[in-house]
Amino acid sequence: MSGRPIFTRPARLAAIAPYLWMALFFLVPFGFVIKIALSQTAVAQPPYIPVFDLTAGWAALKASFAALAAENFRLIASDDLYLSSYLRSLGVAAVSTSLLLIIGYPIAYAMARLPRGWQPVAMMLVIIPFWTSFLIRIYAWINILQHDGLLNQMLLTLHFVSKPVVWLSTDTAMYIGIVYSYLPFMVLPLYATLAKLPASLTEAAADLGASPLRAFWSVTFPLSLPGIGAGVLLCFIPIVGEFVIPDLLAGSDSLMIGQTLWLEFFTNRDWPVASAIAVVLLALLLIPLLIYERVQRRQLEGRR
Amino acid sequence: MKLSRFNLASLTLGLAFLYLPIVILVIYSFNASRLVTVWGGWSLNWYRELLRDQAMLDAAWMSFRVAATSASAAAVLGTLAAVALSRGGHFKGRTLFSGMLYAPLVMPEVITGLSLLLLFVAINAERGFWTVTIAHTTLTMCFVTVVVQSRLHALDRSIEEAAMDLGCAPVEAFLRATLPLIWPSIAAGWMLAFALSLDDLVIASFTTGPGSATLPIRIYSEVRLGVKPEINAICTLIIAVVTVVIIIASAASKLSKTQAESAAPM
Repeated sequence: MSGRPIFTRPARLAAIAPYLWMALFFLVPFGFVIKIALSQTAVAQPPYIPVFDLTAGWAALKASFAALAAENFRLIASDDLYLSSYLRSLGVAAVSTSLLLIIGYPIAYAMARLPRGWQPVAMMLVIIPFWTSFLIRIYAWINILQHDGLLNQMLLTLHFVSKPVVWLSTDTAMYIGIVYSYLPFMVLPLYATLAKLPASLTEAAADLGASPLRAFWSVTFPLSLPGIGAGVLLCFIPIVGEFVIPDLLAGSDSLMIGQTLWLEFFTNRDWPVASAIAVVLLALLLIPLLIYERVQRRQLEGRR
Repeated sequence: MKLSRFNLASLTLGLAFLYLPIVILVIYSFNASRLVTVWGGWSLNWYRELLRDQAMLDAAWMSFRVAATSASAAAVLGTLAAVALSRGGHFKGRTLFSGMLYAPLVMPEVITGLSLLLLFVAINAERGFWTVTIAHTTLTMCFVTVVVQSRLHALDRSIEEAAMDLGCAPVEAFLRATLPLIWPSIAAGWMLAFALSLDDLVIASFTTGPGSATLPIRIYSEVRLGVKPEINAICTLIIAVVTVVIIIASAASKLSKTQAESAAPM
């Protein structure tokens, strides 16, 4: 359904400005990332020597392609620091996404079981923290988790522990921070799917003799798989490239790839290596990104 | 329908988990004692201290200007993109277009930030207010597109068609029939864009220049040094601003729904 042709044409013209904007500020910059990733590091301003200069003519261009500096990529492949960063990022993202699913599912399920009038209220309550600054939410946890923070005070008063526990700069703190920050991204797509399931389905299963648990596993859960998929993608992809949470809450002995990129860029001023890290990260995320894009497109345009 | 005990427990615990840290932060911003552990009674000390912190105030003003400018640009571009996607049929390059609009929603910020910075360096742009604004517009217009597009999608097309049957040119039909109906969702998109821009640390760190730090950059550099009551105070103020914005936004979207329903009875 594309509507009347007379209305379609001006609507297409509306695409021109945003199209050009996104091409210029989203697509073209990736070209620069690839270009810089293939350049050599230099102590200069900006700190790299470009490998190819389009003004130098075809012969020079061909020559420079032959001597292309894939050395940044070779460095990334050979140095354990980078490999372990990538692996840690994927591992952290996998663990966090599983935790989010386990914690988020019961919340979304309970929201969908609320009386109709209460559901928008519950949804608002889940969304509001997402609007509050990301940084503030992490900072709030530093308040609680620090050495003489509220959590340790509570544990000491209740005599659960005899001396303060180290929470900050641990993976536990980081996982708390990630789950806390990304919970709305998991709950909302799950809720959207679960709320659409008619209650009559589980009732029918119960009439046929299924226990509530059995009815859940064989009826509700399989039907909520699209919501699970959306929630998992929405959390997994950005967590892989996460920088702020591990930087403020986790220890510094093992870094996630977002931190390594940040370090290479801001501290070591090694732009080519930072760019090469970004290229590899993007390649790693390409498949989940493409799946996500298809899901999103189908959701917004497909239901007809 | 009665809520089972398990459902009630998971909902209560979930919401407590989401809200308690923020509530604690707000309460401690009014703590008279400098020590975070000791409650020294209520006080507005840290707010007074904040007013004297010129660097923080400058950063707040910079963030506000960036957020207002980029949200406005994002609202216009995002609405245009939403109109093209939902009314434009299958045009050439549509897949690339929607891909470019949906990818930034989940793209790790370090990649978006780095790539934009490299562009700005390559074209020799002076880094500061405008580069951050352009970067934020690029990110937030995608969110506006999603918000407006889902509204356009739910809208009854017959209104536009009726307007054209009554002799309106397409653009006129859009301006007089469609736009008034999607207006609240554009406003909601603007506010979302504003909040996201106010919140962003990573992209702003890459694209800003020396001497023009945004509020999150400033807060981040302070937070790295440890917990300070002043930070609690500025965070509380930001939470207050954002809460007001949300209330307006949700009122606007409610208005949008009732208007759409009264204009197009199901």
